[in-house]
Amino acid sequence: MNNIIGVIFITLGLAFDLIGCLGLFRFPDVYNRLQASTKCVTFGTCNILFGTFLVLGFNAAGIKCLLALIFLLFSSPTSSHALARAAHKSGEKLCEGSVGNEYK
Amino acid sequence: MFKKRKGLVKTVRYFISALLLAVILSALLFHPLNILMYPDLPFLNILKRGMSIILLSAFFCLFRVLRGPNAADRIVGMDMLGILIVGICALLSISTKRSWYMDIGIAWALQSFISTLAFAKFLEGKDFDE
Repeated sequence: MNNIIGVIFITLGLAFDLIGCLGLFRFPDVYNRLQASTKCVTFGTCNILFGTFLVLGFNAAGIKCLLALIFLLFSSPTSSHALARAAHKSGEKLCEGSVGNEYK
Repeated sequence: MFKKRKGLVKTVRYFISALLLAVILSALLFHPLNILMYPDLPFLNILKRGMSIILLSAFFCLFRVLRGPNAADRIVGMDMLGILIVGICALLSISTKRSWYMDIGIAWALQSFISTLAFAKFLEGKDFDE
């Protein structure tokens, strides 16, 4: 039963990974790419790690999966925020169809 | 003279991207990770397809690293590649039943986080010891 639930979590995470990287491939702007890819890839990889923890159980590898999940959940939005702020300060332009710029 | 050189650079860049595409597609078709897997594991097909899907996503990230117009696009691609590698370490840790693959995953996540922060601070124009 744990195996089936873990494999369902892993499949959901793989779908989110693929859709996030497709957004990184297709969108026209730096900020759009950050918006599309960071949240999708973080959520997908956290799902893969949680499914791996459900399949393996309370081993050494399962506890390491939980540690990596918690660290990734805290570190990835921080790096994305720092990267967006640095890109705006270094003078990256918005794409043509964008509506407004609140951060000036 | 300059125009000719620019055309040569574009040709070299197309050749490199075609080579990358061939490598990733051959890795998707022939599955070189078959030797590492236990044959009596349940749900083995899903794990194999999962590695193929993560390799395809990594190809998209590599395309963005290779052909991003500015520096920030390349840094975004490297960050996403570092997060994807943690996922593929988790899948390898299931399919080979070894526990030290997650050590590689944790170390890779920490290194990717610190390198992305350093690149962001470099892009902002500050010194590193601020």
